[in-house]
Amino acid sequence: MLRLEHIFKTYYVGDETVHALDDASLHIKPNEFVAICGPSGSGKTTLMNVMGCLDLPDSGSYVLDGVDIAECTDKELSLIRSEKIGFVFQQFNLLDSMSALENVELPLIYQRHSQRERIERAKLALDQVGLGNRMQHRPSQLSGGQQQRVAIARALASNSRVILADEPTGNLDSKSGNDIMRLIDKLSEQNYTIVLITHNDDVARLAQRIVYVRDGRLFDTLEEADAV
Amino acid sequence: MTMFFNSLRLAIRSTLANKMRSFLTMLGIIIGVMSVIVLVSLAQSTTSSITSAISSMGSDLLTVTVTDEDLTLDADDYLDLEQYDSIAGVAPYLTVSSTARSGSNYTSVSAIGITGEYMDIAGLDLESGRAIVESDLDWRTYTAVIGTGVAGDLFESYDVIGQTFTMSGHTFTIVGLLSETGSDTDTQILVPLTTAQRISDSTAITTAYVRAASTNEVDLAQALTEYKMLQLTQDEDSYTVYNMSELLETMDDVMSTLSLMLGGIAAISLLVGGIGIMNIMLVSVAERTREIGIRKAIGARRSHILMQFLIEACVLSILGGLIGLGLSALGLRIFTIVADMTIAIEWRAAIVALLFCVVIGVAFGSYPAAKASKLTPIEALQRN
Ligand SMILES: Nc1ncnc2c1ncn2[C@@H]1O[C@H](COP(=O)(O)OP(=O)(O)OP(=O)(O)O)[C@@H](O)[C@H]1O
Ligand SMILES: [Mg+2]
Repeated sequence: MLRLEHIFKTYYVGDETVHALDDASLHIKPNEFVAICGPSGSGKTTLMNVMGCLDLPDSGSYVLDGVDIAECTDKELSLIRSEKIGFVFQQFNLLDSMSALENVELPLIYQRHSQRERIERAKLALDQVGLGNRMQHRPSQLSGGQQQRVAIARALASNSRVILADEPTGNLDSKSGNDIMRLIDKLSEQNYTIVLITHNDDVARLAQRIVYVRDGRLFDTLEEADAV
Repeated sequence: MTMFFNSLRLAIRSTLANKMRSFLTMLGIIIGVMSVIVLVSLAQSTTSSITSAISSMGSDLLTVTVTDEDLTLDADDYLDLEQYDSIAGVAPYLTVSSTARSGSNYTSVSAIGITGEYMDIAGLDLESGRAIVESDLDWRTYTAVIGTGVAGDLFESYDVIGQTFTMSGHTFTIVGLLSETGSDTDTQILVPLTTAQRISDSTAITTAYVRAASTNEVDLAQALTEYKMLQLTQDEDSYTVYNMSELLETMDDVMSTLSLMLGGIAAISLLVGGIGIMNIMLVSVAERTREIGIRKAIGARRSHILMQFLIEACVLSILGGLIGLGLSALGLRIFTIVADMTIAIEWRAAIVALLFCVVIGVAFGSYPAAKASKLTPIEALQRN
């Protein structure tokens, strides 16, 4: 499903050089649930941005669902983000001026669905995350956990098969965090490909596989990672 | 198309969400559109009222004016022109500025000394009473035909036949009342030419109307009149012969230049309004960078973002234009009531102003919109 080979991403700030991704290779199969673990600043978000086509790597190849990302135009990248990838961010990233329902509808607008279909699918997605009774609430009128569930509903509504979640529980108390993790765990059983970024080991253990990140490099086991 | 309506809905919503800011942004456009419409409408209405006053006198009318004060032509010099077939009539006249009084009322007037043919030639009609006739000239009677404005000022009534008033130390009896024309004849007093010569203490006549026999013969009549005047004065710089239709054309030229100039000045204020819109759109793009990032992350294309901000700029400018149009209509209506003068809204100017608003929306919205659409998703998301 996702195949990253020898990805490099380097940031230059002043005379400092940061290797945010350093020869990162990763292969994720369809319906796999992978956790990406690593300390702060190790390059997890950078990796997710590359996987989500929000950012392009400096070098290396990335093939998503058979499509070579390096060959894509800006318009094609938009289409991939629209149809293949659902994002769940640590900061929720909902639009404050819109109701929960409208937020969930948003990706469907860019997929050019009719208004009726949009509302139908958005309601279904909100029901799925247990927010069927909060559709008209603005994000500011919802708790953090509820906002994150709206964000998950938004990812589900778009019918994307890949869900990229960057520390979805990072801004939540442990109870709401657990609720969100149960939801994600449930999705992993419904043929979604899930990449979950976290630095919480308990959370990571829910995944089928854990990838460890240290200074932009990826490792399959904790021993290898800690050897660095 | 769905995309377009969604952007439109969104734009209207964000315009309404920031009512005060939107209004202030639109203010430039509102004022610009108002000045275009009001100024052009005023200019047009004034032109058409002046033109209709002139053309009511007829396009076959010539006016002769002697500018050399040393020349002393008398009425017969002008009346000589009646010998030509292409000239239907000649009316020499003498204008005396004076003050008319009746009881405690008084008003400044133009007293016009006329011959019996004057009213026919100048195209004036009587509301009541009789005209000035030849015997009035022979006897130098102190009779007068007055305009409705004078009647109102002196007697506060149109029932004036037989009433008297004093002017230049003489008592005049009113024998007729002119029909209202809305032009300066309403404030005139017509008296026998001989009487006017007596009260002004001068026999020299410097002005005359000449009416051509038909509209086709105006040019010939004008040539004959000019020839005659040259004979009389021996100096082609000491008189002028105007043709009313020429006057009309000159008038039209002046007025259309004037409306164009006013329109141009107003267009500059529209331009300033457009820059205001660009400014606000740039602020809006900066404020909503995160929103742009989110939209891009969930699948918005560059063109979607471009369209969203472009439509928002257009909504602002068109809404401003419509508000300006409404206020102009209201303003002209109030002006009509207060100034008692009908000013019709000039629709061509209104349409041009509104089209201009669309152009401004697109022109000044495109830079901020392009700026917004070019942000990469990650740039937009990471900025706070
Ligand atoms: N836009 C940028 N410009 C410069 N350096 C950056 C930029 N984005 C990330 N970095 C650097 O790249 C490295 C990896 O950052 P990244 O955000 O991927 O870390 P992370 O693993 O997600 O950390 P955290 O757990 O704190 O979110 C960091 O050292 C960071 O300073
Ligand atoms: Mg991060």
